[in-house]
Amino acid sequence: MKTEESYLEEVTASEYKYGFYTNIESDKVPPGLNEEVIRIISAKKNEPEWMLEWRLDAFRKFQKMTEPKWPNVTYPEPDLQAISYYAAPKKKKELESLDEVDPELLKTFEKLGISLDEQKRLTGVAMDVVVDSVSVATTFKAKLRELGIIFCSISEAIQEHPELVKKYLGTVVPKSDNYYAALNSAVFTDGSFCYIPKGVRCPMELSTYFRINEAGTGQFERTLVIADEASYVSYLEGCTAPMRDENQLHAAVVELVALDDAEIKYSTVQNWYPGDKEGKGGVYNFVTKRGLCERNAKISWTQVETGSAVTWKYPSCILKGENSVGEFYSVAVTNNYQQADTGTKMIHLGKNTKSTIISKGICAGKSNGSYRGLVKIGPRAENARNFSQCDSLLMGDGCGSHTFPYIETQNKSAKIEHEATTSKIGEDQIFYCQQRGIGEEEAIALIVNGYCKDVLNQLPMEFAVEAQKLLAISLEGSVG
Amino acid sequence: MLKISNLQAGIEGKEILKGIDLEVKPGEVHAIMGPNGSGKSTLSSVIAGREDYEVNGGNIDFEGEDLLDLGPDERAHKGIFLSFQYPVEIPGVTVTNFIKTAINESRKAKGEEAMPANEMLKKMREKMSLLEIDNAFLSRSLNEGFSGGEKKRNEIFQMAMLEPKLAILDETDSGLDIDALRIVANGVNKLKSKNNAVIVITHYQRLLDYIVPDFVHVLYKGRIVKSGDKTLAHELEAKGYDWIKEERVEG
Repeated sequence: MKTEESYLEEVTASEYKYGFYTNIESDKVPPGLNEEVIRIISAKKNEPEWMLEWRLDAFRKFQKMTEPKWPNVTYPEPDLQAISYYAAPKKKKELESLDEVDPELLKTFEKLGISLDEQKRLTGVAMDVVVDSVSVATTFKAKLRELGIIFCSISEAIQEHPELVKKYLGTVVPKSDNYYAALNSAVFTDGSFCYIPKGVRCPMELSTYFRINEAGTGQFERTLVIADEASYVSYLEGCTAPMRDENQLHAAVVELVALDDAEIKYSTVQNWYPGDKEGKGGVYNFVTKRGLCERNAKISWTQVETGSAVTWKYPSCILKGENSVGEFYSVAVTNNYQQADTGTKMIHLGKNTKSTIISKGICAGKSNGSYRGLVKIGPRAENARNFSQCDSLLMGDGCGSHTFPYIETQNKSAKIEHEATTSKIGEDQIFYCQQRGIGEEEAIALIVNGYCKDVLNQLPMEFAVEAQKLLAISLEGSVG
Repeated sequence: MLKISNLQAGIEGKEILKGIDLEVKPGEVHAIMGPNGSGKSTLSSVIAGREDYEVNGGNIDFEGEDLLDLGPDERAHKGIFLSFQYPVEIPGVTVTNFIKTAINESRKAKGEEAMPANEMLKKMREKMSLLEIDNAFLSRSLNEGFSGGEKKRNEIFQMAMLEPKLAILDETDSGLDIDALRIVANGVNKLKSKNNAVIVITHYQRLLDYIVPDFVHVLYKGRIVKSGDKTLAHELEAKGYDWIKEERVEG
């Protein structure tokens, strides 16, 4: 029971917090990257001292690093000094009705089968009725709290659960892991945090969609998911609706920790703005995603990537504990002038560890898609097993597809299998479909979805249906 | 139903069909026979609308409409079905999903609602028993790893589900053992009615023992050089094609 005093305290405290917040919203940090900027970010977020030190340490490490040049992509190097690293969460301009929204965008929504309410939410149209999702989110929150599940923004976690953040942040992706991970560690503004207590099976798919604090994620997103012993969680990230963003550079870090006997399923649908048909504009998506598996733990990454102008991203698993399992299921689509260098790393350290890699690349237009994967078997990983299958599907003659598989084995008992195929959507296949009354676009969608089936099957049901439609839309007009 | 007049067509600049005339009426079964390279498969591809082929002259009228103006999918919507000599594989797409998509796309093109699931299921069961297909078959990827017989049976199964007005069976007998041939032919016969028509393209008379044609045409060097009733097929089986070639030379 709350005493009146504590209630009062809460009210005044939050008022203060709110007031403080409004205060700082009015100013924006000027462009530039230096220690001062990091101090400002940390101060504005009212972070504890240890967090600031953590950021500064990351920044010092970052300063000694250079941008990696090994990915098979080309782009002008982003000017990091031209970016403003902190802008108070902006309120999107509210529109009166959907009539004010870009009709092109509405067409896409329609094709994706996104409900009217959802369309309004995504485009920032004012809603006067209580939308289902809001009440659903509230109900969900209550249920999660009952089970002891923590699901909040990472900023909130730093304030409310510092012991957990301190213990795990940067343990899977160290601050100095790579150039953009170091940058993210220094300047991240927000992201998601999730903790599943021992033995708890999270009863619903956790989604950034239901996140309490939606504002201020953006460019340098930081996600930390911890599944305590024998717990289970399925986490969804992203959205099939096209995401436009004024920020060109996106450098997110995602860390997953699966303790003994725990399982994390992490699904992503990424549809950032890929630039126009001539390859102008579009988001650079440089992401570091990694999970750590303790004994008998399992981490499964599933991703459907259709967006961004330039992508490099390798969701990976460190299979530290005995009998742990890592999985990677990926569909990466590139069209027009998109470039993607993506894959995974499976690091087998423990005995009897198993990993599976299923990668399906689809290239169309003038795009370039690369699969880059590392399977590493450490000296103590007795009886480690890996199966990799990397397929590429080409559409038209202007695109390129590449596969860079790396295998490093330090234990003779390891068994590694690698299969790769390259195929083209044949005119024969399309004609066959057409002869049965299936139009060309529909035929391509059918063939592509069939090709990606093994990956799409890993997605939660609703997400899978949306992802199928998204694939079709991404490849529209790419044959013929 | 189908009226082909003076059709000339080829591929990559090579002339293959040099003036074909053919008329098919509802309820009829026509057989087109001929040696290799005579243009049989070109004819079926051109009727179905394969884009690799160039039509250089003549026309194809289907129920009063010029087929040459339509894309292959539109022709399918009008009720033209081609059973492929070499059906293609589509990995990851089940037989059920493919047929469902085909039926509903055709219905959509005609402004009809998608077929209700229970109706689809009922129809599938009915046609499956006709072609002696079991349940497991439906959830396999289309033509992937199918035996020659399974592929052809799958073609006729699709034909049964789509109920075309005009079905063209391109060398449906090739790669079939005698049991599969009997099942496939039996299926075709049961689907025949006074409202639809069948064109059977074949090398051999064997299939015509089961699917009895009303007319037999011999295609040779891009022309129909001889037409007759089913006895012509027997004659060809007995004498081969050489006498026709000779007849052409003498003529």
